[in-house]
Amino acid sequence: MNEVQQLLGNDPGWLTLVKALIVFVFAVLMTLMSIWGERRIVARMQMRLGPNRTGPFGLVQGLADGVKLALKEDIIPKAADAVVFVLAPIIAATTCFMAFAVIPMTGKVTLFGHETTMQLTDLPVGVLYILAIASVGVYGIVLAGWSSGSTYPLLGGLRSSAQVISYEVAMGLSLVAVFLYAGSMSTSDIIEAQNKIWYAIVLFPSFIIYVISMVGETNRAPFDLAEAEGELVGGFHTEYSSLKFALFFLAEYVNIITVSALATTLFLGGYHALPGLTFTESWLGGYFTFFWFLAKVLAFLFFFIWLRGTLPRLRYDQFMKFGWKVLIPASLVWIMVVSTLRVFSLQGTSRAYVLAFVVGAILLGLGGTSVYDRTKKRKAGEVTALVYEAPDFAVPQIPMSVSTFVVPSAAASKESASE
Amino acid sequence: MSNELVPSKDGALERAAQESIPVSNTGPASLGKQSQGFGVTFATMFKKVNTEQYPEEKVPTAPRFHGRHQLNRYPDGLERCIGCELCAWACPADAIYVEGASNTEDGRFSPGERFGRVYQINYLRCIFCGLCIEACPTRALTMTNEYELADDGREKLIYEKQDLLAPLMPGMVAPPHAMFPGTDDGDYYRGEVTTAHPSQGEQV
Repeated sequence: MNEVQQLLGNDPGWLTLVKALIVFVFAVLMTLMSIWGERRIVARMQMRLGPNRTGPFGLVQGLADGVKLALKEDIIPKAADAVVFVLAPIIAATTCFMAFAVIPMTGKVTLFGHETTMQLTDLPVGVLYILAIASVGVYGIVLAGWSSGSTYPLLGGLRSSAQVISYEVAMGLSLVAVFLYAGSMSTSDIIEAQNKIWYAIVLFPSFIIYVISMVGETNRAPFDLAEAEGELVGGFHTEYSSLKFALFFLAEYVNIITVSALATTLFLGGYHALPGLTFTESWLGGYFTFFWFLAKVLAFLFFFIWLRGTLPRLRYDQFMKFGWKVLIPASLVWIMVVSTLRVFSLQGTSRAYVLAFVVGAILLGLGGTSVYDRTKKRKAGEVTALVYEAPDFAVPQIPMSVSTFVVPSAAASKESASE
Repeated sequence: MSNELVPSKDGALERAAQESIPVSNTGPASLGKQSQGFGVTFATMFKKVNTEQYPEEKVPTAPRFHGRHQLNRYPDGLERCIGCELCAWACPADAIYVEGASNTEDGRFSPGERFGRVYQINYLRCIFCGLCIEACPTRALTMTNEYELADDGREKLIYEKQDLLAPLMPGMVAPPHAMFPGTDDGDYYRGEVTTAHPSQGEQV
């Protein structure tokens, strides 16, 4: 049991309740602010201003939207399975808050005379718990899609679940390297293990894979296939209105904040200050560490918004191909490399061996990719050769100069008509 | 291959292919090229926004913007409209209704024989194409740059003659009144009447 777990174990019940409230309020406030921030920043990226009418700088736009949603008519379609239809948004919205319980937001602080940390609880398998909760959260989406009794929501729900499940594999694999290095799955342990250097640097490939898969996991652009407006209307929440829709909306944003907070915890040293600024951690009785936590989470949120402002949505097959054929194999190989290095360092193998292994791994990787590229190019050549053979059914050729073409079948039918 | 599509002109396809822009970006772009987009969006954040804060800041329209119509006057205050209905006939949306009437010696509204007694433009129908302006033979009908025409009732959007008439400028006399002494409608048309005569009435 580490120090944080002992501290949290001594929390009286009322303090745990207070902290639960704080976590809830933090998540909801961050949601409201990030809705506003997202709309403003994306607007700037498109040379617009974004919402600036509700309150100063449009700050309460998120709140206004929430109130508007609450006042709207709540419709349960006739074809819907009413019980599941109501249950689905509740599942989605509760699970996203639950995941936040194990995120450490500050270092050691004093709250109402008790020495504690701003973390609801610290499990020895904290990160596994988050993954488990995230998987339960998928039920909200699947059930919403299924219970709507409508085609597009069903398709959206299926897509979304397939997406979350596929990317959760890559996400879990990217976390394995962190577990190997930290020797623990508890969030506070992982943060302490990064005292010297962040895992974002040591385990850079893991970090990249995690960042990509967290975007897939939260159904955000460019991976927002589950609610692709152009294809599926609103996706799984097409039939939802009023507060139930608001719950899905809330869940989406809380999820974004949760995965950002998790990334902060696992790869960016959590609430610890930037290297060289560690003296700030004792400011405000330790509460200043919350600023560092918030800054890192906001950086991730900005990254999410930046992605949305930049990249177009992926096609579904491209998305799946990327997840299964690139991310998962890459993270598997990376885990093998990491675990081998880990064994080397634990056994105290000489540097020469380690160096040889690293160079060998790099060479192998390069060789593999070049072979892959060559086969891909060769195959692409074969495909183009096939495409330019004339098909034996009638297709308009490129460029289509319509007036100069005669469609034989149409001409024939004209002749037969004139006879 | 009996039902293949064949261009009727020889070499049409080849010529068309030569004339079109050659495709240079075959194959996937490199990672560096693909990530250039991030730079574009990031840099755009610091550019000047295109948004106009409309009700607070009104940006002037283009000088020849097609806005609300105006019925113009001659410099002495007489109306230019002769009630010929050419604008109504030109209107593709059937938005203009005109009823002409004859000028009399006691009641003269325009130089010459006739004037527009009723003049209505229905802004629920008007498409602001400006064909009425092109049709007008006396330049009586022109368009202003005013575009704030929203209202909360259908009947309020049928503009009557008094809504459309240009305001009386200094030196003008409100009709009905007589023509400038010693002139005819041709003089008015050629622009030889530049102000009101004291005999025509009290100037604004």
